[in-house]
This record gives sequence, C-alpha cells and structure tokens, in this order.
Amino acid sequence: MPTAAGSGFAMVGGGGVGGGLLENANPLIYERSGERPVTAGEEDEQVPDSIDAREIFDLIRSINDPEHPLTLEELNVVEQVRVQVSDPESTVAVAFTPTIPHCSMATLIGLSIKVKLLRSLPQRFKMDVHITPGTHASEHAVNKQLADKERVAAALENTHLLEVVNQCLSARS
Amino acid sequence: MAAAAALEAVAPTGALWGLVQDFVMGQQEGPADQVAADVKSGSYTVLQVVEALGSSLENPEPRTRARGIQLLSQVLLQCHSLLLEKEVVHLILFYENRLKDHHFVIPSVLQGLRALSLCVALPPGLAVSVLKAIFQEVHVQSLPQVDRHTVYSIITNFMRTREEELKGLGADFTFGFIQVMDGEKDPRNLLVAFRIVHDLISRDYSLGPFVEELFEVTSCYFPIDFTPPPNDPHGIQREDLILSLRAVLASTPRFAEFLLPLLIEKVDSEILSAKLDSLQTLNACCAVYGQKELKDFLPSLWASIRREVFQTASERVEADGLAALHSLTACLSRSVLRADAEDLLDSFLSNILQDCRHHLCEPDMKLVWPSAKLLQAAAGASARACDHITSNVLPLLLEQFHKHSQSNQRRTILEMILGFLKLHQKWSYEDKDERPLNGFKDQLCSLVFMALTDPSAQLQLVGIRTLTVLGAQPDLLSSGDLELAVGHLYRLSFLEEDSQSCRVAALEASGALATLYPVAFSSHLVPKLAEELGRGELDLARGDEPAKCSRHLRCLQALSAISTHPSIVKETLPLLLQHLCQMNKGTSEVIAVCQSLQRVAEKCQQDLESCWYFHQTAVPCLLALAVQASMPEKEHSVLRKVLLEDEVLAAMVSVIGTATTHLSPDLAAQSVAHIVPLFLDGNVSFLPENSFPCRFQPFQDGCSGQRRLVALLMAFVCSLPRNVEIPQLNQLMRELVELSCCPSCPSSSTAAAKCFAGLLNKLPAGQQLDEFLQLAVDKVEAGLSPGPYRSQAFTLLLWVTKALVLRYHPLSSCLTDRLMGLLGDPELGPAAADGFSLLMSDCTDVLTRAGHAEVRIMFRQRFFTDNVPALVQGFHAASQDVKPNYLKGLSHVLNRLPKPVLLPELPTLLSLLLEALSCSDCVVQLSTLSCLQPLLLEAPQVMSLHVDTLVTKFLNLSSSPSMAVRIAALQCMHALTRLPTPVLLPYKPQVIRALAKPLDDKKRLVRKEAVSARGEWFLLGSPGS
Repeated sequence: MPTAAGSGFAMVGGGGVGGGLLENANPLIYERSGERPVTAGEEDEQVPDSIDAREIFDLIRSINDPEHPLTLEELNVVEQVRVQVSDPESTVAVAFTPTIPHCSMATLIGLSIKVKLLRSLPQRFKMDVHITPGTHASEHAVNKQLADKERVAAALENTHLLEVVNQCLSARS
Repeated sequence: MAAAAALEAVAPTGALWGLVQDFVMGQQEGPADQVAADVKSGSYTVLQVVEALGSSLENPEPRTRARGIQLLSQVLLQCHSLLLEKEVVHLILFYENRLKDHHFVIPSVLQGLRALSLCVALPPGLAVSVLKAIFQEVHVQSLPQVDRHTVYSIITNFMRTREEELKGLGADFTFGFIQVMDGEKDPRNLLVAFRIVHDLISRDYSLGPFVEELFEVTSCYFPIDFTPPPNDPHGIQREDLILSLRAVLASTPRFAEFLLPLLIEKVDSEILSAKLDSLQTLNACCAVYGQKELKDFLPSLWASIRREVFQTASERVEADGLAALHSLTACLSRSVLRADAEDLLDSFLSNILQDCRHHLCEPDMKLVWPSAKLLQAAAGASARACDHITSNVLPLLLEQFHKHSQSNQRRTILEMILGFLKLHQKWSYEDKDERPLNGFKDQLCSLVFMALTDPSAQLQLVGIRTLTVLGAQPDLLSSGDLELAVGHLYRLSFLEEDSQSCRVAALEASGALATLYPVAFSSHLVPKLAEELGRGELDLARGDEPAKCSRHLRCLQALSAISTHPSIVKETLPLLLQHLCQMNKGTSEVIAVCQSLQRVAEKCQQDLESCWYFHQTAVPCLLALAVQASMPEKEHSVLRKVLLEDEVLAAMVSVIGTATTHLSPDLAAQSVAHIVPLFLDGNVSFLPENSFPCRFQPFQDGCSGQRRLVALLMAFVCSLPRNVEIPQLNQLMRELVELSCCPSCPSSSTAAAKCFAGLLNKLPAGQQLDEFLQLAVDKVEAGLSPGPYRSQAFTLLLWVTKALVLRYHPLSSCLTDRLMGLLGDPELGPAAADGFSLLMSDCTDVLTRAGHAEVRIMFRQRFFTDNVPALVQGFHAASQDVKPNYLKGLSHVLNRLPKPVLLPELPTLLSLLLEALSCSDCVVQLSTLSCLQPLLLEAPQVMSLHVDTLVTKFLNLSSSPSMAVRIAALQCMHALTRLPTPVLLPYKPQVIRALAKPLDDKKRLVRKEAVSARGEWFLLGSPGS
C-alpha cells in the first residue's frame, strides 16, 4: 500500500488515478442540477445574499471524481441535503457518501472537498467535511484524517496528492 | 532600312537568347518569368523558346539539361493556354521521352507534363499515353514530396477533363495508380491521393480485380494517427485526413468484406481515437451498405457496440456507438430483400432485445440507461424497428414502474418510457388499428396520472413531458383522459414558487396540447380560469392580498399559455380585456394583464385571422380605456390613474406593437384610418366606449394626461409595415415635432420624438423625407441654443440621429457630429455620452426590425469605423472636466460592438482603455472591463506587457461599490490566468490573498466570480493543472 509520505493520507492501489481496473465500473449516474437561477434579489445591489446550502453545494458539486469522468454530483457523492451551513455563525458541515462502502478514494474525495472549500470560502468559516454516517467501512479513520488540520496541510505539500486534488478541482474540459 | 528591319526581327530573339543563357548557365531565376511574360504578350512563340533552348535541351551534362527543361516547363505552366494542338503533340512526345532521362531531369519533366495536362488543346489519346509513360518509367515513391504531388496533380487534371479516355484504360489505370500511391507518407499528398481514390470509385472507373489492392493501399492508413507539427504552415489537421480517408473507405459496398473485420478489430482498440474513428466510419458505411454486406458481421458488430456502450467512460464513444447502431438498424430496415432471403432485421433486433431487456429489470438498475439508450438507438431507425422494440419493452417498463416504489426510480423508468414514446412521433401510421401504442393506452395514461400526483417534482416533470408526447399521438387520448389531463394541468399551473419548473412545464404542456385539443381546453379549463379570476374580485374585502395576487398572476399566465388555438383566443382575449376593464387594480396587476395580453398577441402573430381578431378587439379596447383615463375629471378611479403611469403605458405599448407588426397591409390600412384621426382630430367613433366628457385632443392644448397617450400612437404607427400609407402624414409629423419640443412632461415629448423618428426611418428617400428632416433640424438648432427646452431638443436630435444611422442616411454623419460636439457641453455633455448607448443599442418599442424599421445589419460596425477616431481625438483635445464624457461615449460604442469585430481594433485602443480603468465613472469602468476581458483571452501576449497595471487595477475595481463592476473585474482576474504562467507567478501570492476578500462579498454573484477566479489562480503553476 503506497502511502503519501508524511501526510497519512492513504492512496490504496492507486486505482483509477494511474489506470488499472475501476473499483466500481458501472456506477448509477444521477442527473446534474442546472445552474442556480438568478433571482431579482441577487441582482439587487442593496440586498445581501447570505451563504446558503445551495451555494456550498454549487461549490462542490462539480468536483470531478478521481476515478470516473463524472462529477461528485452525478455520482450522488454529494447532495444538497447533506450540506449544513450557518452564515452568521460561520460554520459549514458537508457530509459525503462514497459510492461503495469500501471505496479507497474516500479520503481523496474528502480532501478534494475540503481543499475546494478552503479555496472558496471566506476565512472566517469553520468547516467540517465528513463521511455520511454508516456509508463507509473506515468512516471513523477517514473523518479523523480530514479533521486534522496539520495532516491536510501536509497532504497539500505532497506533490502527487496535490496533483490529484488539482485534477479533481479543474474545470471539465 | 532593310538592315534595320532585320535587326528588329532579330532583336527579340536575341534578347530571348540572353535570357535563356542567364537562366540555364547563369543559374538566375528571374529570366523564367520574363520569358513567360514575353510569350504571353506575343513577343515570341513557344517554338522560338524551344529553339533558343536548343542545345541546352540536348546538353550531355544532366544538370544543364534539367535547367533547360525547367525553363521550358515554367514557361508552359504560365502559357499552356496559348499552345496549339500541333505544338502540344510535339511537346508531349518530347516530355514522354525525357521521362527516361537522368533522375536530375525528372522533376522538371513532371512539371512540364503537369502544364500540358492543363492544356485544353490536348488531342485525344495523349492523356492515356502520358499516364502510361509515367506508370512505366517513374518510380513515384522514390521522388521527393513535391514531385510526387506533381504526379498526383497530373492524374487529377486528367481525371477532371479526360474521364472517358482514362476509363478506356480499364483496370490498368487503377492498378497504375495503386502503384503510384503505394507507400505514400506525406499528409499533403495523402489528401490528394485519397481524393483520387474516392473519384475512382464514385465515378465508376473500372477496378477490375484490384478491389482488394485498392482497399489495402488506402486502409493501411486506418485509423489515422497524425499530429500536425507545431507551427505547421500547411495547416493540415488530423481531422482532414480522417474525413478524406473515411470518404474513401465508406464509398463502396465492395470494400465491405475487407473493411468490416478491420473496423471490428479497431473498435476493440485501447486507443480512444481509434474507437471513435471506427464507429464513425461504420456509421458512414451504413449509408451505402445493404443487408448483403452486413450479414456475416452483424453478431460481432453488435457485440462490439454493446460492449463499448456498456463499459465506456467516454460520452463520445457512447454517442458514436449509439449512432452506429442506429445506422446499422436503419440500413437493415431499408434493404430490399430477394424473395427467398431472410429478413435480418428481426433477428438483429431480437439479439439486441435479448442482451438488453434483462438489464431493464435488474433491481439495482445499474445498466438501465445504457440498455435503454441502445434500444432507443435501434428503435429510432425505422417504424418497423420501433414497433418491434417498443412492443417488447413497453410492457416490461410498465411492470417495472409498479415494482419500484421510490420516486426517483420511477422517474428513471418513466424517462425511459418517454424516450420510447418520443420515437413513435417520428413515424405516422395511416391505419388507426396499426398504431402500436393503442394497446398500451390505458396503462400509459394511468402511469402518467400517477406521476402527475406524485410528491416528487422531478417525477411530476417527467409526467408532464410524457403527457405532452402522449397527446401528440393522434386519437390516443379519449375525451375522458383529456378532461382528467386538463384537470391536472390546471392544478399544476397554480403550484407554488418552489415548484417553478413544474409550473412552467405545465404551462408549456397546456399550450402544446391546447393547439391539438382546443375543445377540451375551452370546455374544461377556460371556465375554471375565468371563475378563478372572478373569485379574486369578490374576495377583495378579505384582505388576503398577496395570495390573491399570486393566484391571479398564475391565472393570467395560464390564460396566455393556452391561447395557442384561434378558437381559444376568442375566449381568453375577451376574458383578459374584461378583467382589465372591470377592476380597480394596482400597477403591478395591470402590467401583469398587459404582459399576458402581449403573450397572447405573440401567439396570434402566426395566424393571419387570429392576428386581425386580436388587433381589432384589443387595440380599440386599450385605446378606449386610456382615452377615458386621460379625460380631465374630478374623481379618477384608481384604474384611471394607474393607466397613465409610465410603466403601464410601456406595457400597453408593447401589446399594441405586438398586435400590429404582423398585420397584413390592407388590414393595417383599415386600422390606421381609424387611429390616426383619433389622435389628430379627436375622432372617437370607432372606440367601443365612446361617450367622453370632453374632446380628445392630445396635440392641442389638452391636459398632460392626453399628451401621454402619444406613446400609444407611437406603438401603433411605428409597428406598421413600411408599405402602409399613413393618412395626414404631413400634419402628424408637424404635430409630433411640436410636441417633442414642448416643455410639458418629459415622457410625452420623448414619445413624440421617438414616434417622429420611427416614421422618419421608414419613409422612402425623397422630397418629403428631406422636408421632414429640415423641419427637425431647424427645431433642434432653435432648441439647442440657450433656452428652456435644450434637453427636449437634444432628445429629438438623438432619436432623429438614430433613425438615420440605422438606415445609413447621408445626413446621419452630420447629426452624429453635432451630437459629438455636445460631449463638451457642460450641461448636456453627460446626456450626450449616454446618448451613444441609445444609438448603438436595440430599442424594444420603436425602430425595431420586428416593427419593419429599416435597420442595416452592419450599422454598429459602420458607426464604429466612422466615429471612433473622432471620439479618440475629441478625448485627447477635451478639457479635463469633460474628458469622462468622451470615455463614456466611447465605452458605449465599444460595448455594443460584436466582439469578433472589436478584437482586431482593440490593441490600438489599448492605451486609452488602460487609462479608462482609472476613470471613476461606473459605466466607463464596466465597459472597459468588458472590452479587456476578451482581449485577455484572445491576445494574451500583448496583454502580458501590462500585467502589473492590470493586476493592480482589476484588484482595485473588485471592491467597487457597483456590483456589476466587481463582477466584471473578477472575471478579468479570471481571464488574466490565460496569460503565460511565468508572467503571472510573481503575482500569485498577492492575488490569492487579495481575492480572499471578495469571497466574503455580500452579493452571491460576486462571490461566484471570486471563487472561480481564485480557484484558477491556485492552479497556476501547480501540479495537475
């Protein structure tokens, strides 16, 4: 099991990232939600728009899956109902659901979501990214890694991991 | 004397000798063109050139011979049209003979033959002789690329002009060509060679026993693997080669036995492009193949396609696989069978069904979509395929729908059913009993009604779409089904705000179904909507205002949505008008009714009769209401006051305009004969309610309320077709000019100016037009001099200018200059700057193409070219306090110009644009940003010189008080990432820090741009991006 040095972020088998067999070759594909319609309030200069669950969901729904040429939304890994946000309290909680309970990509997916939020949300926000309870074999371990700031920072120092994360966050060509 | 004449005769040939010597021995290139020019001008003949070359053509030194022949060939290339038949014969003999010569000489010989192949005077038989000689004497593939290309050109030329002769060669010609191209490597030559093979096949040259050889010599390039070198000057793309090779391979069924195994093999390839190319080629082949060619390969082809669609991660492979399956099925459906042959379509479809149907029934639904797509691709190919597949699949899907209980699973199944139903629309069935869907009608209906009442909006949405498709099947829905369907649509039309998409879909479905079943909608929906509209009126006292308003709004939308059939319009229009007349309403509700009326008017435009019905019903009614409201009365009802508000008038203007543009000229003439006298003479006799307390005289000293109604006159007369004559035009124009500069209320004088301009634009050139123009110019000049109505005069100037700019009238430049002069005016300057926006933009009410105005397509480009230099000059010359006016005027012009036109011009304006970034005016900032953004994308090299300024200014503007500026500035920050990465990297930390701030902007739209800009900056120079 090659482990990204120092970060503690396990990358089992490298499946999908470097080629080889897909773990879940035929996932059920979900429909993409359209662009959020722009409301009159959003166009009004004066009205402040608070950061809501849909806005957070829009940030993460187009993240690419490391294995498939599909987005996390299309795989139903992220759903708007699993986003909790409070703008006044500056907190965000995102739960994501791996496609299969043994998905080795879970940590990487979580890391991508976390990095996307770090890059996209104001600094005041405290963010919590975790696996939807009961949907992954090593749920606890993954959650612990994602919650550990130092490990996340170290992971992003790792060129290989950063490359994969950046690929997940790049706009689809 | 005699000596002089002799000298003269010798002189040209003497000059020719010199030129020949310079070329052959002196190794100069210039003389060739000189000799060719002299031959063309008749100074000497080709024969004389040959004589002059004489010895060099026979020189023992091959390089000298080559040089001599090169000169002759170059002359022939330019002068082949002057050759006589006799000369051609000799030249051909000479050149054919030279093909045996030293290899130094061959390139020039081929050039000469190419020149002769273009010759019209070439006698019959020689083309064949030349080709035979080439096939025999020249080993083409050992020549350099250019010379191989020459050979292909000779062949192409002959094929174009000597087809019959070449065909006389029989299969020898084909064989000869196969040898010529065998081993060709150069993409430029391959394009020509593929073209030749394509012509050989499509023009029916004899291939004889060489079919397989011809296939081999071309198919060895399949699939094309070619990447053009960087900076390739020839511009040949991979796609060019792919398409021209595909044209060859798919051009004949005779290749089928060789090609199909190859395609099957290449679909299995690991390489994506090979898969795609194979599937696309298969698709192309099906256009010419028949059952006979496909027969032996069908099982393998199906297996390959199925595997690709089931397993692929690429949408393109899936799409191409489905397209290929579609074509295969279409090909089998189309083939004419011999009496004893077996119809392969049925067995092929049975195969597909067998491999796909069980996936439709798996409880985990993993492969349902790929299976459904395969089945639909096949079913879409022909009516027979469609029947065969749907009669097998529909019962299954109907059963599955009931087996699954979750809404999203049901939605998936219904979506698949919908796909199959849609396919049925492609085929029309003559005989009612043959329609394959009839047997499933009851089940389908009950399923749709279940979906429509499901709590899931997604399922409802699919249900609505399915209902529309079912309704489009003739005679499928019974009147009972329709009544039920209409009931559902009624309910769905009143859904709350959060089910917006369902409601919109329900309205669309109502519109589509109402055209097909007008009676059902008239009898079941219109009365309900009428009742709903009426109910609100009675409940007014209850004070449940917002709820009632929104129900009324939904009702109005539903009424306009179903007005898709003339008989329904006859019921909905009176309802809407009655609703407008009856009530004391607020502004927003009156506007809502008008919007609804306008949608109805739009739907009536296509049908002449409905259009006239709408016009003659709605327009007099609206005018009567407005005239009534404009009467000076002591006690105005609420409605009356409301009707004269600007917003309401604007809404009525668009109803009247929409109801007028599509009138036929004779009906329009009937209407204009009523409406113009109404405004000029106060003739109210045609209005439905015409007893008014006093006269209607909007142009006289009437009250300001009456004047405001000139906007309605404008809506009507400016929407008329150009050939409709307007009565009392002279008087009308004079009144309009007067009113436009009358210091009453600004909106009525503006309406008068617009109306005047709208009429002016449509008048044919001539004395009358010139008189009106003079009238306007005099009025403008008088008004612009210091006095009380400078601003009105300015408005008139602006609109008249616009009317003329749109039609390229010669006077327009003069008026534009006048307008530009006003940019420096301390009082009118800012208004003049904004005026440029009006000049460049499309109006909605007057001077529109829809309203038959004369609008030249390129008027913006022309305005830009004519006026921007002056604007730039004006900017530099202007004093500091009016400079912003020039920038703003320029901004408006640049803003409205199509980006492709603007881009080449922008680099010259770049310094001005960079300066404009510091201007404090929001309009200027916005326009400058929107000019710079595409420039960053298109010309990153130029822009990277200014990276420091750009980063600083964009970041500054990203905290502008105007939201639109913040958004544009962040979009520019995003576009900056297109600049070369090394230029940007020094700024990366600073930019990422600075962009953290707009992430917390109070406006969501700004945050969105900040997120995408910041995300891109993070990726700069980072691994994996």
